[in-house]
Amino acid sequence: MSAGRWLDAGVVGAADAVAAGAVTAEALVGEALGRLRSDPHNAVLHVDGEAALEAAQQVDAARAAGEALGPLAGVPVALKDNLCQRGTPTTCASRLLEGWVAPYDAHVVERLRAAGAMLVAKTNMDEFAMGSSNETSAFGPVKNPWDPARAPGGSSGGSAAAVAARLVPGALGSDTGGSVRQPAAFCGLFALKPTYGRVSRYGLVAFASSLDQVGPFARSARDGARLFAAIAGRDGRDATSADAPSADWEGACARGVEGLRVGVPRALLEGASAGVRARIDAALEALKDAGATLVDVTLPHAKHGVSVYYLVAPAEASSNLARFDGVRYGLRVEEGGGLDAMYEATRARFGPEVKRRILLGTYALSAGYYDAYYLRAQKVRTLIRRDYDAAFEACDVVATPTAPTVAFPLGERTDDPLTMYLSDVYTLPASLAGLPAISTPAGLSEGLPTGLQLVGRAFDEATLFAAAGALEKAFGPLPSPVPAGPGEHAGEEGAS
Amino acid sequence: MSAWEAVVGLEVHAQLRTRTKLFCACPNEFGAPPNTHVCPVCLGLPGALPAPNEAAIDLALRAALALGGEVRERSVFARKSYFYPDLAKGYQISQFALPIIEGGAVPMALEGEARSAALTRIHLEEDAAKNLHVQGETVVDFNRAGTPLIEIVGEPVLRSGAEAEAYLRALREVLVFIGVNDGNLEEGSFRCDANVSIRPKGEERLGTRVELKNINSFRFVRKAIDHEVARQAALRESGGEVVQETRTWDERQERTVAMRGKEEAHDYRYFPDPDLPPLVVDAARLARAEETLPELPAAMRARWVETLGLTAQDAGVLAAHPAIAAYFEAVATGLGEAAGLKPAKAGKKAANFVMAEVLRETATEGVEARFPAAAPEVAALLALVEDGTINGKIAKEVFAKMVATGEPPKTIVEREGLAQVTDTAAIEAVVREVLAANPKQVEQYRGGKTAVLGFFVGQVMKATRGQANPKAVNEILRALLAEG
Repeated sequence: MSAGRWLDAGVVGAADAVAAGAVTAEALVGEALGRLRSDPHNAVLHVDGEAALEAAQQVDAARAAGEALGPLAGVPVALKDNLCQRGTPTTCASRLLEGWVAPYDAHVVERLRAAGAMLVAKTNMDEFAMGSSNETSAFGPVKNPWDPARAPGGSSGGSAAAVAARLVPGALGSDTGGSVRQPAAFCGLFALKPTYGRVSRYGLVAFASSLDQVGPFARSARDGARLFAAIAGRDGRDATSADAPSADWEGACARGVEGLRVGVPRALLEGASAGVRARIDAALEALKDAGATLVDVTLPHAKHGVSVYYLVAPAEASSNLARFDGVRYGLRVEEGGGLDAMYEATRARFGPEVKRRILLGTYALSAGYYDAYYLRAQKVRTLIRRDYDAAFEACDVVATPTAPTVAFPLGERTDDPLTMYLSDVYTLPASLAGLPAISTPAGLSEGLPTGLQLVGRAFDEATLFAAAGALEKAFGPLPSPVPAGPGEHAGEEGAS
Repeated sequence: MSAWEAVVGLEVHAQLRTRTKLFCACPNEFGAPPNTHVCPVCLGLPGALPAPNEAAIDLALRAALALGGEVRERSVFARKSYFYPDLAKGYQISQFALPIIEGGAVPMALEGEARSAALTRIHLEEDAAKNLHVQGETVVDFNRAGTPLIEIVGEPVLRSGAEAEAYLRALREVLVFIGVNDGNLEEGSFRCDANVSIRPKGEERLGTRVELKNINSFRFVRKAIDHEVARQAALRESGGEVVQETRTWDERQERTVAMRGKEEAHDYRYFPDPDLPPLVVDAARLARAEETLPELPAAMRARWVETLGLTAQDAGVLAAHPAIAAYFEAVATGLGEAAGLKPAKAGKKAANFVMAEVLRETATEGVEARFPAAAPEVAALLALVEDGTINGKIAKEVFAKMVATGEPPKTIVEREGLAQVTDTAAIEAVVREVLAANPKQVEQYRGGKTAVLGFFVGQVMKATRGQANPKAVNEILRALLAEG
């Protein structure tokens, strides 16, 4: 079998193949690098060929020497370009960080390296993770592999497109208000936004600190679980990192949903398009057929999620992005004048969406407005969290669509920020509540993927994996949006 | 001038004596080459996060206990936002609405009278980096960035430059003694800003205040405040108005000068730092801090006067520096134990010797002190005086040799044969020789001129190279002269 087929076998499939000696890490990485370099979707910002090949040779040598291999040994993984990787450009798809090379590894990058993963590429994203379509990237939008005229979702659109187009079997993104879940839904993938605190944020360039979490993309729940297990866990460098016990998340994927109580907030479902609603109904039926029970729940404050999020997140962002001032690193624009002129000229290079949010956040934190906006938003945030607490008295997971529509056409919403913000309506409440949430494929609607979002209790990711696994079993895999094992990269190694 | 009352409140930034910085593991150390004690966190690199240094929090608790402040069970770190090149993240991590400590007071003495000046609050925050001006360019040294500070905000209860100086000296003494701060004004580890306003005497309402910044000595604080009060008074009396502004002390011109022409109205946009969960201090932690709280200098001085027989003045001299205070205590205790003396007696003798001999050769640097000889050795030396092995004069010689060679006193006394001669037979032999050699003086003594006894003592001591026990010499002389 060619390296291409093994690359298409997913995270666990590729890791098993390397461990069994069916394919070398070097061949797998070589195949991935070839695909990444001819990426037609603008999903990739930087390909790290040399270092990845070197790492692959080390894995192969370790295997030859009979050493134990990590759970991701030899598996090519792509990183969203807001994760610091030592010696590699980390741009956040912004002019402000163009050319900046991170001098240190993010916690999740250290953990991936330790698990044997091959860090092959940095992926495109909305600038500083601010966007829902990947169109705010300073380096051009990402195209959805299912339909290049449509958005892949955002802000982790590059990571999603790279996995959907089978450039890599898995990738990491970051999720602040839905940034792994919504692109997963648009690209037909599995993605997890972990419980806040489950994964260290150290080395993730901050957007909104109280919301940001790093999460995996993969083509199956089990693949996602393998990646998640590698990156989860307490890190002393992140004071918000939790010391919560891990679980057998891979095993949970095969556990089934017998007795699982799935909460359905019927009122919220009405906001979705008819096509999406039909797929969500089918998914809920499938869970029921697999042994779950459906219960009605209400989340009365969830409707305020968008308002709350677009105060809290920009407030934190306005502060987090203050460090991009041209003094120490990244872009510095000097057009004469003093220090203030330098600050202004440099920070003028943020894109319009980033500027909009910095302005929003600065306003919300200003003296005289703080109580009315920021403080009030935090209070409503508490109410949203309590809604979930109440719902979890009656159910184990809360199900909604991940996004109200399928992937929308590129350019459709760029002039209408409010409509763009509303595409996050289903994902924001779980982010504000700090709860774990997955998006798992719910089948195609008019040829485009839809996603079911399941929100769980804090640190109960296992139940979410179980439900996703059950749904995958019921629905079978989605077709590939790209020709399987693209001919030009089929590999010279020949079939084995 | 006398129609006005000065209203002064001080804000002190005191660096905490921790091994590492407040939110990262970089060394907290002054004087390293620029930008060598830095990491992603204190450089504010993208993605870096703060992780609080528990030792800094414990030092803040110690300050709270020493100054009688109330520790908040749940305090909150907040971001204070402004742009400046020495501020790596574009915000400083500080505390705002919910500081770790509220209230408290600085115990001080004003013209000999005990008084205390109330505090508003004490909060934790990180220091900024340092802008340096090199060959017409501004460069930044981030070694100081992220150094832990407590800001001690005083109530506006001080009424003159002299009161402000007394307050600062008292505050520094407490912080240095409890090991929280090294008290070094020159290196900037103890910094003071003063808010100064005036109001007509009897008026309750506060006048417009001026903030005096960057005053780096006690003397300058006093002068700057007094000059500022005079300037404001002159301004008001000539029909002018005080403008709210920031000024600094210009030592050359002996006056305060405005730092910026027009002060921008700052909105720091404080909000709770989402990277840092609320800081929770439970009763157990506070109790542990209390257990490790050293004795405060005022209490120490009172105890010394009470139980160690010191005068208030001597207690003041010895308690001026924490290392010297500890040294003195060790000598006094060691002497008491070795010679079986009562604390009051041992204390007095130890104090006299330490002040007369040891301090002359002691070098202090910050909170450290280099002593010429270890305290137990000095105690052993004084014990040799007590048991009559040597006399006080010889003790000074032995001490000089201890300093020079580092040897214990006993070794020196034995090797150099410096022990007093108490053998009465040996002394008697010498006395007989002296009397035989000086018949004229013997005659005089017996004729009633007893003052010549001193002459004989001198001769005997000379003959014994000072080693004869003076008491024994006296007794033997009197006895033999009486014999006739």
